[in-house]
Amino acid sequence: MSAGTFEEHPHRTADTPGDDLVVAGVSKRFGGVPALSDVSLAIEPGKVHALIGENGAGKSTLGKIISGVIEPDEGTLTLGGRSLVLRSPREALAHGIVTIAQELAIVPGLTVAENVYLGSEVATAGFVRRREVHRRFRELAHRVHFELSPDVLAGNISTADRQKVEIMRALSRNASIVVMDEPSAALSSHESAALHEVIRSLARQGSAVVLISHFLSEVLSLSDIITTLRDGRLISTVDAKTATEESLIEGMLGRSWTAAFPEKVPVDADAPVVLEVDHVSARGVLDCSLVLRRGEILGIAGLVGAGRSELARAIFRDAKISGGTVRLNGTGLAKRSPHRSIQRGLVLIPESRKEMGLLMGRSVRENISLSRLDLVSRLGWIAGIRERRAVSQLMKKTTVKAANMGMSATMLSGGNQQKLLFARSVMCSPSVLIADEPTRGVDVGAKRAIYDLLVEMAQDGMGIIVISSELEEVLGLAHRTLVMRHGRITAELTGDDMNEQAVLAAAFSETNAT
Amino acid sequence: MTNQIDDHLDELEEGDTALGGLRSASSRLLHSWRTAGILIPFLVLFAVLSITSQPFLHTTNLINILDQQAATLCIAAAGTLVLVAGGIDLSVGATYGLATVVAGEIAAHHSPVLAIVAAIAVGLFVGLLNGLIVTVFKINALITTLAMSFVIGGLALKVSGGNLIVLSANSGFYKFANSQFLTVPSAVWMTLAFVVVLGLLLSRTTFGRYMVASGGNAEAGRLAGVRVNRIRVVTFTLSGGAAALGGVIDISRLLSAQAASGGSALAFTVLAGIVVGGTSIAGGEGSVWRTGIGVLFIALIGNGFNLLGIDPLYQQIVLGVILLIAVGLDSWARQRRS
Repeated sequence: MSAGTFEEHPHRTADTPGDDLVVAGVSKRFGGVPALSDVSLAIEPGKVHALIGENGAGKSTLGKIISGVIEPDEGTLTLGGRSLVLRSPREALAHGIVTIAQELAIVPGLTVAENVYLGSEVATAGFVRRREVHRRFRELAHRVHFELSPDVLAGNISTADRQKVEIMRALSRNASIVVMDEPSAALSSHESAALHEVIRSLARQGSAVVLISHFLSEVLSLSDIITTLRDGRLISTVDAKTATEESLIEGMLGRSWTAAFPEKVPVDADAPVVLEVDHVSARGVLDCSLVLRRGEILGIAGLVGAGRSELARAIFRDAKISGGTVRLNGTGLAKRSPHRSIQRGLVLIPESRKEMGLLMGRSVRENISLSRLDLVSRLGWIAGIRERRAVSQLMKKTTVKAANMGMSATMLSGGNQQKLLFARSVMCSPSVLIADEPTRGVDVGAKRAIYDLLVEMAQDGMGIIVISSELEEVLGLAHRTLVMRHGRITAELTGDDMNEQAVLAAAFSETNAT
Repeated sequence: MTNQIDDHLDELEEGDTALGGLRSASSRLLHSWRTAGILIPFLVLFAVLSITSQPFLHTTNLINILDQQAATLCIAAAGTLVLVAGGIDLSVGATYGLATVVAGEIAAHHSPVLAIVAAIAVGLFVGLLNGLIVTVFKINALITTLAMSFVIGGLALKVSGGNLIVLSANSGFYKFANSQFLTVPSAVWMTLAFVVVLGLLLSRTTFGRYMVASGGNAEAGRLAGVRVNRIRVVTFTLSGGAAALGGVIDISRLLSAQAASGGSALAFTVLAGIVVGGTSIAGGEGSVWRTGIGVLFIALIGNGFNLLGIDPLYQQIVLGVILLIAVGLDSWARQRRS
């Protein structure tokens, strides 16, 4: 938005209530996998409208459609009765729709005020009018009751304050609809209390707030209307007054597809312990202890940001440990070295295969053999035939589907990419495998194949830790489940205690209560 | 959730058939650029020069080109490894200069063997230092090697006292690069051997694989058990050693040494050769033999311009444009992939 347009409508939002944003019959598929199916709802000005659901339920997808990040395959958006086609966040902005994303778009080297007016600088002939900026900033801050100094560098302020900057930026651009995706996920309870006040005041001033959140207590206390999504479908839209935590959880879980998991094979009670984690603390991890036996699948559940991946990387000795010990097959893993962990028989499949797992531009073969090139080489010279033979066996075992092993990893589907990491792990023949989000972004068919693989690997004598944001996955695979919250293991569930209600209770319970 | 969406989006793009056809066509084109790459323009230029210039195809001229490019070829071959492993070495010109004066000073008074060994040891040490600074102190490789090139340049001046060192053609040192075998000087043979060894190192050994992993995705490599820092240190050390080898070859060829020889001009010529050869400036992709062709391609342009009597001014412009095209293709390829 140019400075000119800004000048013309200085106060459009504050005084004039916006129009209803109506989402009608919206569907969206990603690579054949439906993310949203036929969802309809109305977002009214002056109301906080919450979207809830499990990870992958489609709430963020819906948020992104509303804010113009992605376009729906089917269905329409209308704003005040006029049809709305949003091709980019910029177009959404032009209609007064602003997103405050999970990752904040703050320029740390600019001041708070400069960040607020970033891209819509108050300027004359290219020179920023500093005094005018300050005046407007104060006016705006006063309106939303924020106490922020305009001249502090944005890099030096707290996450909550950065969020305030984002919100002020949204307001300075005449936002009538504000989409917030997990706004309090990164905040302390004190900070989120402040944020809640802001959200309420936004609604009071006539903006519509679309709140996407994991935290049921937050949703219940803040919103006027709650829409529950599951597997991309709209389950219910209810008045927040009539909803309870139980009813919402019920709606989020619903009837689940159960046939998706292989049968659990019981673990011998006297199976040897392969991994002992004793009072480990690390960045994002507080005093965690666990024991893993041969053949056992241990699930770790918890919200995103609860410290699950951090724990995995501390155990893998990729992260510094500030206290405690990790023992693999009875001997300590003292030094921080993934290389040594792998040599000793501990393998990690990281949470993000593209950023942390694969060499995307390289071949299937190179990706699979990377960790154990020593097995197919002599004195550092790679024996081509031996490597190809080993890789083709591993591809068979892990059911990687690729036209040939020279194909680059980019060309494979998400499921096959994930299987490459499993093939690599199998080649290491480890005694412990940690699989972090093993089926993220993988379609249902490939999911089942990966589950089978995990069970098979456990039967082959590995101890396996499965970390997943998909509750069903943890419960469907694991013999035992640990629940993490705020870096600690808050519950250990086995047998009949291992159910969704219990996990959710341990993971959610009042985490963000104010 | 966000990641999930991103993954889905990627799958969407990959799955879309209408787009897919176009994508695969363009990626095939890119793939062939990467594998054949510079070879085609090189052969075209070679053919053009053969036709347009009488003296070009003479064995003397061709061997002369190789002899002149020996140092650059050695340094660029090692530089390719640095780039593939995710680093960059701008200090090679200065290291080259330091090696020439060290070798020159020692050769003037002591045995030529000692001179060669000492110069290469100095080069290896400089490279090791570069590698350690980059990995242990986590200072950006570009800045580290740029800063180091000033330090090394100063040292070289200190060693030579700012003087031009001239060696006699009778010294045994002269034979190092100028012994003839099958009418080809030893400088060319050594370079050939060096380039072939580094080429095999990159393409056929576990070490080569680890370099690719370190440069392609350091995080993924580390989590897969690759000791990324160690690999990078070795590539820098090799690069320093190669710069010294180049320096020794040249002082033996030319029998004179000067602290200021090499310098940033050499560092940039080397980098240009590597990049024109299709090695990615961002790491994780590259090949030594294509670097060789890249270096020779640039040399042919120079040679051709001389033989055809074209103003050398245009040579610079042409080189610049070619560089931009090479880098542009690389970044285009990367955008396609992500």
